[in-house]
Amino acid sequence: MSIETMPFSKALNAGLRKAMEDDSRVLLMGEDIGRLGGVFRVTEGLQKDFGTRRVLDTPLAESGIVGSAIGLAMAGFRPVCEIQFDGFVWPAFDQITSQLAKVTNRHAGALSMPVVIRIPYGGHIGAVEHHQESPEAYFTHTPGLRVVSPSTPNDAYWMIQEAISSNDPVIFMEPKSRYWPKGEVELEASALPLHASRIVRRGTDVTLVGHGAMVTTLLQAAALAESEGTSCEVVDVRSLSPVDYGPILDSVRSTGRMVYAQEAQGFTSLGSEIAATVMERAFYALEAPVLRVSGFDTPFPPAKLEGVYLPDADRILEAVDRSLAY
Amino acid sequence: MTSTDTPLVRVLEADGTFAPSPASERYLPLIDALTDAELEQFYRDMVAIRAIDTQATNLQRQGQLALWPPSRGQEAAQVGSAHAARRQDTIFPSYREHAVTRIRGVDPVDIIKLMRGVSHGGWDPTDPKNGNTRLYTLVLASQTLHAAGFGMGLTFDGRTGTGDPERDEAVVVYYGDGASSQGDVHEAMVFAASYGAPVLFFLQNNHWAISVPVSTQSKVPLVGRGAGYGIPSVRVDGNDVLASYAVSRMLLDEARAGGGPRAIEAVTYRMGAHTTSDDPTKYRGSDEEQSWAQRDPIARMRAYLLSRGASEEFFTAADAEAAAAAEDLRARTVELSAPGPAAIFDHVYSEPHPLMAEQKAWLADYEASFEGGAL
Repeated sequence: MSIETMPFSKALNAGLRKAMEDDSRVLLMGEDIGRLGGVFRVTEGLQKDFGTRRVLDTPLAESGIVGSAIGLAMAGFRPVCEIQFDGFVWPAFDQITSQLAKVTNRHAGALSMPVVIRIPYGGHIGAVEHHQESPEAYFTHTPGLRVVSPSTPNDAYWMIQEAISSNDPVIFMEPKSRYWPKGEVELEASALPLHASRIVRRGTDVTLVGHGAMVTTLLQAAALAESEGTSCEVVDVRSLSPVDYGPILDSVRSTGRMVYAQEAQGFTSLGSEIAATVMERAFYALEAPVLRVSGFDTPFPPAKLEGVYLPDADRILEAVDRSLAY
Repeated sequence: MTSTDTPLVRVLEADGTFAPSPASERYLPLIDALTDAELEQFYRDMVAIRAIDTQATNLQRQGQLALWPPSRGQEAAQVGSAHAARRQDTIFPSYREHAVTRIRGVDPVDIIKLMRGVSHGGWDPTDPKNGNTRLYTLVLASQTLHAAGFGMGLTFDGRTGTGDPERDEAVVVYYGDGASSQGDVHEAMVFAASYGAPVLFFLQNNHWAISVPVSTQSKVPLVGRGAGYGIPSVRVDGNDVLASYAVSRMLLDEARAGGGPRAIEAVTYRMGAHTTSDDPTKYRGSDEEQSWAQRDPIARMRAYLLSRGASEEFFTAADAEAAAAAEDLRARTVELSAPGPAAIFDHVYSEPHPLMAEQKAWLADYEASFEGGAL
């Protein structure tokens, strides 16, 4: 077994490199991703090794990046687009939702759209407006797209490769606060398919479910709860569309309680969808309503207030207590 | 620069007189090289598509189609540019390019599928019989970026710019004066220019974006936009099929030879409504319509062919051929039925998807639950 310890961003870089080595039709495109290696250095060194025809420093235009990626896919390429920050994806929204997501359907299956759109998302980095948002629900609400979010370096390494090999468009949400922490990467074999959720901590009293950076917060909350005598099971959703409900439902049927945590605002969110589905499918197993802990339904606040907005372990534990009180 | 002092390529006057404008000089050898058979084909294509277009408009009026966007008046711009494209080229239409798609090999009844509401597409662009013609795009200007990206791909793969015009590929993308205001056109021109993509941006200025005149889209001739991107651009009389052909041919060959993108503003007129849902009497006068009727592209070419000695038999045959094509379209349109309900789940994704499988199974069970089976 070949295991290396590396930060999430380096694991992504290694995964992208592997995908480019494996398939000469894979190309990367985005703003500042070549010479600079991306503002988060995820693509560092790739243009030097693969050249400017496979790692494109594009003009500064998000609709142009995604729209031309669609044309490149029509010409047989497998483009991987980087959107520099979550809040900068909107100029490309029409090309993503009206075009990329619908091309295969419009062509009655005659054409597939193997395009990956990487979006660094979420808070915790103290940045200015438009740099800390969690827009995943806009994409999970769009038929034709697949949406995933790794939470560990190992998942980053494997899921980016699996996303690139998918023949459907994949919105690849990268929890940017997790770019720097290191973790073990198993370089030889992927443990899980792209669209699988996973139980990452065993417990018996309450099931905590979330995605992206929030998985780390859920694990912190579970550790704190344990010191107070409550055993929490934690599920990493990983695939936001489609959702793999198996492990989530298995866990809820054993604990009878569930809390969903997410950075995104709660109204019509991924947590809302998963909560509703769990209540439909595991109603008789539930001892309490499924509870959600989310960002508030406000714009993401100025950085000095992000700690108020973003769910932390204490807010998750408050929900755990409410669940246990039923 | 105003409309009147912008050079315009025109070789046929409105009455069909062969009188090349000063700007058309460099294109004349391409026109001289056209055979009688080719000239007659241009005419036959224009007449046929007008008949088909008229038939489709009638079919909508009779409840057979949800919508039809008439191409009436724009036949010369479309037929000329479509014949200028080479076999290996790829075409990205907007949604009014009925003549272009037909010339490339797309069966007009495939367009009807979209307008009748039985498909969101209608044909398979990867099937060789469709002449590399991509699907219609209804969100204005989106396809200009797809064309730019496709052209970038041709460049990256060395499928263009080798110096062999019989093999080097190029792209034609159609859009209109209204779409020209969309940001995607700007981004497409930036990308195409930046990567030297062999894309011909073919703008049909038909003067009206539904009810809004071109003067609202631009205070200066739209052909001037290309210069800002370093894209050589030419203004052509879009109702002159010879000018449309020759300029498109030359610019496409320049693009395929490695010259990068090119642009054309074809000045034409939408003689009909925007679509069958539109009422032009609310926003434009009959004087304007009359003045453009005097510049009808088909009448112009007919007069020119007559002056070259075309026979009455030729025109009679062309009309008969067009009428037959229109009648054939009608017969096949009314036969088109919607696919079964389960089809809505079939091609949302290329790979298996649990939600699609689940909802498809649910719908089948639900329908089977009714007495007598399916709805």
